[in-house]
Amino acid sequence: MMNLNAIKLMSILALSAVVSACSQGPEQAPELSFQDSFRQALETATSGDVITVPEGTFAFDRSLILNTDGVTIRGQGMEKSILSFKGQIAGAEGLSVSASDFTIEDLAIEDTVGDALKVNEGNNIVIRRIRTEWTNGPDVNNGAYGIYPVQTTNVLIEGNVAIAASDAGVYVGQSKQVIVRNNRAEFNVAGIEVENTIGADVYQNVANNNTGGILVFNMPSIPQRGYATRVYDNDVNNNNTANFAAPGTAVSGVPAGSGIMVNSNDQVEIFNNRVADNNTANILISSYFSANYAGQRTLAAEFDPYPEEILIYDNTFSGGGRAPGFDYLVQLKNAIYGVDGAFPDIIWDGIIDPNKPEEKPVICVVNGDALLLNIDAGNEFENAGVDMQKHNCTVAKLAPIELAGT
Amino acid sequence: MNGLTRTKLTITFWLCAALLSGCGQGEVKHFNTDDYPKALSDWGVIELQGEHLKVNDSAVVYDLNTALFSDYALKLRTVFVPNGESAGYHPEDTFAMPVGSIISKTFFYPKDSQGRLVTTGAWQGDPKDVSTATHQLVETRLLVRQIDGWDAVSYIWQGDEAYLSVAGKLQRFKLTNDKPLNYLVPSRNQCASCHATNHTTGEIRPIGIKSRHLNRTTDLYQENQLTHWQSKGILKGVVKPPAGNALWNDPDANLNHRARSYLDINCGHCHNPAGAADTSGLLLDYADHPKLVMGYCKPPIAAGRGSGGRLYSIVPGHPEASILSFRLETNNPAMMMPELGRSLVHNEGVELVSSWIADLEGECI
Repeated sequence: MMNLNAIKLMSILALSAVVSACSQGPEQAPELSFQDSFRQALETATSGDVITVPEGTFAFDRSLILNTDGVTIRGQGMEKSILSFKGQIAGAEGLSVSASDFTIEDLAIEDTVGDALKVNEGNNIVIRRIRTEWTNGPDVNNGAYGIYPVQTTNVLIEGNVAIAASDAGVYVGQSKQVIVRNNRAEFNVAGIEVENTIGADVYQNVANNNTGGILVFNMPSIPQRGYATRVYDNDVNNNNTANFAAPGTAVSGVPAGSGIMVNSNDQVEIFNNRVADNNTANILISSYFSANYAGQRTLAAEFDPYPEEILIYDNTFSGGGRAPGFDYLVQLKNAIYGVDGAFPDIIWDGIIDPNKPEEKPVICVVNGDALLLNIDAGNEFENAGVDMQKHNCTVAKLAPIELAGT
Repeated sequence: MNGLTRTKLTITFWLCAALLSGCGQGEVKHFNTDDYPKALSDWGVIELQGEHLKVNDSAVVYDLNTALFSDYALKLRTVFVPNGESAGYHPEDTFAMPVGSIISKTFFYPKDSQGRLVTTGAWQGDPKDVSTATHQLVETRLLVRQIDGWDAVSYIWQGDEAYLSVAGKLQRFKLTNDKPLNYLVPSRNQCASCHATNHTTGEIRPIGIKSRHLNRTTDLYQENQLTHWQSKGILKGVVKPPAGNALWNDPDANLNHRARSYLDINCGHCHNPAGAADTSGLLLDYADHPKLVMGYCKPPIAAGRGSGGRLYSIVPGHPEASILSFRLETNNPAMMMPELGRSLVHNEGVELVSSWIADLEGECI
């Protein structure tokens, strides 16, 4: 019997050795750090999950990524729950999301090597009370975008704070049905930028101390042409930070001192804003050709480089226009208004579609005594001047954006 | 037969059965998404036997013409199709594979006597030549064809087994030049960053299981891989397959063909008309796109610092002025391309793409 038992025991040991060699993992890991459990939660999320971030500063050395629809990420507040990516060594974003029905709120994403929060393709996106910040302040080596939804639909971006992005603090690209409200964007190259987007309401934001405060742009060679943006009830002041974007980027062509800027976009309504002390001009309207980055580039035939149906009314302007951000604009300003003078509140490059000169109003201004200067950039500024009669027009107002499900 | 002998026999039988089925020398096993085993060997596809990698006899080893650069790692690829079934050929797209199919990719490096990784290693494609005595195994990734589609999962090698990893891991190695290598094992979601080649559907798909990546005679079988797959019964319906992609480093191949093949596999999984990078308007998959869309004189959209201060993706004749070259020359994660899967610069790949751009005609005005 001893023998038999011994054999049995040995066999059991041998068997368990085989089994353990085949299927046992390494020893049970100790309790996961928040960093690990958070990543695990994102990786294994199922629809309906609410993933919480406690109070504290949590360091990450590589991107976080979420691909599951219907997830909410919730912190304890943008000054309390901080995801810090200082020293990040892998991944192009802090948090990268490819999902619909996504909500993120009440946390901060700091010092990412690239973009802080990118949401690429998705419907029903809410980004609320998030702070994205490069804590060292404006620097060309900061990541490009703070809050960056692209190819999204039905999007609410509210109550966020975006600081020191080397491109745009809040950047909405190639999206539809977007509301950007109650955000604060400071010390970015572009504070808030709406690009190639159809249907956006941008209101009650504060965009101060950027290179350009609020931008509505269209870029060529991408799937969606943008139009129909309303920019209203915003505070846009002192956007005079020197341009610190990487050369070659679209926003590197934004002169320091730009308040609200429209480039190549159509159907843009700018009203009831308080716009002050932007040293190039409080409002700039331009075609693709005079954006500094453009030069004379090959454009896809379907691209419309001309701004059209821009409606400017009831804004409150003060100051600004005294120290334009580009040399050629300084020279022009000095030539027309003198060294101590200032550009008027609105400047326009004056470049229109040669094929349809009278078809649509280009810019309509119904804004008290505010003036628009056509700098005639297409003719080497030859006929630069103010002629408000040409802007005494109107276009149909846009309907407010109403988000589904709110 | 007395009781003792019977017990002995039973135990012996049990031990053999356990060895055979439990350690993968038997059949390849299928697991559902919520039930993945902790140990790679439980799948039965690939495992270590002693010092050597052993691929299940029912899986077929294959290679791509030009592969994604992954920090100079060597890669052993296998495909398993359930017995009696086969993949459906497609001239351009990923082959249609039956439920239960498993694709594996094992990443490894030759190592020197101090355990430092060698980035210049050559390997003829035979699994038997991969030994833990001379190689560092890093990870094995599986693509598993489940009922509702493909799923991706990674296993990280540790000792003589590889263990399930959901969250991915930064593995720190040392290279022979004593520089560190921060090797990123992707998380499950990161697998989709490349394998969801249609970013709108988000569906995970194999990238290399396409005619143009496989159509070649390899040293291992001395016959064309598509023919080999057919003779193994795992592929059906092959009709006049178009010419394969070039081997990126084949000195006899046409420069344009080599460069397009390189861009196809390194960039095309995102830079295709439905890919995650269609936002950029730059398409680099091996298709007949207009020149502007392929980057000729195309300004960047949202490249941020990734433009490197350059104005166009491709300036014909001028790699030093082309964003494409810059993106490959940098290893800063905010600026480099691809965004994932490398921490080193593929110098030879940069050289190829730059030679190609230098050779292009035209100018950007």
